[in-house]
Amino acid sequence: MNAAFGFLALILHLGLMLAAAPILIGAIRKLKARLLARTGPPIIQPWRDLARLAQKQPVLAENASWLFSAAPGAAFAATLAAAALVPSFALGMTTAPASDLLVIGGLLALARVILALAGMDVGTAFGGIGSSREMMYASFAEPALVLVIFTLALLAGGTNLDAIAGLLVGGSQGLRVSLALALLAILALALVENGRIPIDNPASHLELTMVHEAMVLEYSGRHLALIEAAAALKLLVWLGLIAAIFAPFGIAPAGAPPVAWLIGLGAWVGKIAVLGLALSVFETSIAKMRVFRVPEFLGIAILFAMLAVVFLFVSQGFA
Amino acid sequence: MGHLAYDAAHLFGGAVLALSFVLLYQRRLTAVINAYALQALVLAIAAAWQGWAQGAPHLFLTAAITLGVKAIAIPLGMHSFVRRLGMNRAVESALGVFPSMALGVGLVALSIMVVLPVTAQSHMLTREDLALALSVVLMGMLMMISRRTALTQVIGFMSMENGLILAAVSVEGMPLVVELSVAVLVLLAFAVFGVFFFRIRDQFDSLHLDHLDRVDGGPR
Repeated sequence: MNAAFGFLALILHLGLMLAAAPILIGAIRKLKARLLARTGPPIIQPWRDLARLAQKQPVLAENASWLFSAAPGAAFAATLAAAALVPSFALGMTTAPASDLLVIGGLLALARVILALAGMDVGTAFGGIGSSREMMYASFAEPALVLVIFTLALLAGGTNLDAIAGLLVGGSQGLRVSLALALLAILALALVENGRIPIDNPASHLELTMVHEAMVLEYSGRHLALIEAAAALKLLVWLGLIAAIFAPFGIAPAGAPPVAWLIGLGAWVGKIAVLGLALSVFETSIAKMRVFRVPEFLGIAILFAMLAVVFLFVSQGFA
Repeated sequence: MGHLAYDAAHLFGGAVLALSFVLLYQRRLTAVINAYALQALVLAIAAAWQGWAQGAPHLFLTAAITLGVKAIAIPLGMHSFVRRLGMNRAVESALGVFPSMALGVGLVALSIMVVLPVTAQSHMLTREDLALALSVVLMGMLMMISRRTALTQVIGFMSMENGLILAAVSVEGMPLVVELSVAVLVLLAFAVFGVFFFRIRDQFDSLHLDHLDRVDGGPR
């Protein structure tokens, strides 16, 4: 019975993630526009864009290899697999045993590597610049992510996200300085990984400032639709990850009846809405930083994550 | 006193420490002053929380002093200094941002290694709070060392003093006299530094401390 519930929860979870990701992007754009006293496009505009792009034939460069046309699908698939592993409204989904933080980080890194390779495939200058910058950021972001994972693993005794969320929702860990520091680090990471404003401007089409957009500049038609869907899904995965680790309240425990899912769903929507609102306000109130400041910004994320580990060692009595 | 009271106190201590890092990260004078005000605000909250958790009403007074003087009055005064002196808005630093942050993490590790062995018999969380407070003190010193202009050094000094107050409120049974005198001391120091600023500027047309090297009485 539990297995059936787990499978049903997984299907509903995937449907929810796919449906909600463009809505989240639309809502953030709408909020940012409202904060700037503009009307802004309707919230479902990203969905309309995706539908329009999906009907169009992609335009390929003459020298594009098979990698170029395979990359959008592969990147989307990797992101979707990561989305399947991050619990939203219920724990104990069928994928729970595999929902390891290292696996999630690896899948997201895989999507990024595929897109970076595709950016260099056609041989245009902008694609190459975008790829090289994306990889530069990634090389600073990965150690910070690993340190955050290490903190959580020390706390929970394992890297399984489902187990960590289940442990933290019980509240037995209380409030920890380490968790607060890890939260700061992962918030900085989420901004970098999703190319949000202090790092990269998702709405920018000025070539010199683009990072992610420069990398996917050559894409069009249904390929672009897949890439945009993957980017939206990635943002939702990161927000869901932060919500699942640092605010697991209300999430339905493993094996709970579907009625508990409704509560979990309400809590999840609330958490994502709060995070999305915070992101909009933050992005509106801050300017983009220079590309060469970004390693410094990420270095600070690494330092915070390292402090989190240090304090955890101390409070567990290693010193 | 429940587990939560300790945890929250600890978390406020962690927030004060994180704000010390924020202080080191800033590149603009106004942002440094605002970060300092925020640190004092969090410290005031921490003091009030400790007053409630320890059932020690005099800590509320400490919290009020911290809030009124250090989170509101001093930052306002600082902002007016910056305006009236027409200071350069950039923070001049002898050390890059990233090296000073890295040094900061080293100092945190150092204070943990110093505090934990010497307080082996006291309560675990008190020891961690003391380690946090000592880190804040050391980070204030680091700020005084690594920044060039007088105003940022004063802020480093007061951030150091925030660490002392943090230590004072997290240990139970600290008498009020100490805290009051420390608060008054800071106010005095602030006034002295204020006079000092104007003196330096009148003398040298700048707040750059390098100018002081020439008047050490040594051979020219």
